[in-house]
Amino acid sequence: MTARSPLGNARGLGSARTGVQHWWLQRVTALALVPLCLWLGVSLIGLTGADHAQFSAWVASPLHAIGLLLTLGTAFYHFKVGVDEVIEDYVHAEVLKLAARLGNSFGVTVVAAASAFAVLKLAL
Amino acid sequence: MSRDNRPLSPHLSVYSFQWTMALSILHRVTGVALGGGLVLLAWWLVAAAVSPAAFAVARGFTASIPGRFLVLGFTFALFYHLCNGIRHLAWDFGVGYELKTAHASGWFALMAAIALTIVAWLGGYAARGTP
Repeated sequence: MTARSPLGNARGLGSARTGVQHWWLQRVTALALVPLCLWLGVSLIGLTGADHAQFSAWVASPLHAIGLLLTLGTAFYHFKVGVDEVIEDYVHAEVLKLAARLGNSFGVTVVAAASAFAVLKLAL
Repeated sequence: MSRDNRPLSPHLSVYSFQWTMALSILHRVTGVALGGGLVLLAWWLVAAAVSPAAFAVARGFTASIPGRFLVLGFTFALFYHLCNGIRHLAWDFGVGYELKTAHASGWFALMAAIALTIVAWLGGYAARGTP
């Protein structure tokens, strides 16, 4: 039993915004990207000079396609959260900040969806 | 205190210059720059899905001299952000904050990034067979 009112309780919990979630997901994606980036990096080095048929065949292999989708999803999310943080640090005018963050969200979503669709089209 | 006048971090202009600070700024710069690397990767994938002709355009751009310098930059950016990112993850666990350690790990991340970039490019030229 506590004598605290529900409002007092909520206030004691701190900010209701999602700052900690962003912070946490940035770290989780960073950890995941260590092996994923090393794998993609080594793979792309091996694909240097590949022609269309070789590159497409590489992407079409199920394990490669799964690895690509995981890497792309994680990297785009990590990039989006990171750029949001940079915007919040340097853009202080509320309207500009909102515009920059919306632009970041839209831009990342479009490029991420396009690349994921391309992987699926090549693989399926 | 007025809401608009609260001190906000990072206040780049009020700190005296230190190497660890340059490395920290480089982490952000490489992180943002890697967005360009993601766009280039997306271009390659979409072009491959569209047609061999579209793929040839993307491939031609990457193989051109400006394209190669761009990819060289992305290679370094990726390895620096990766190495320095591991340094950041260590800090999140509360490890490596001593000045001496922070300086040493910073130099190590920078040197490792340069070394990995060289190794990656040697590997790329070896895989390609021709310069």
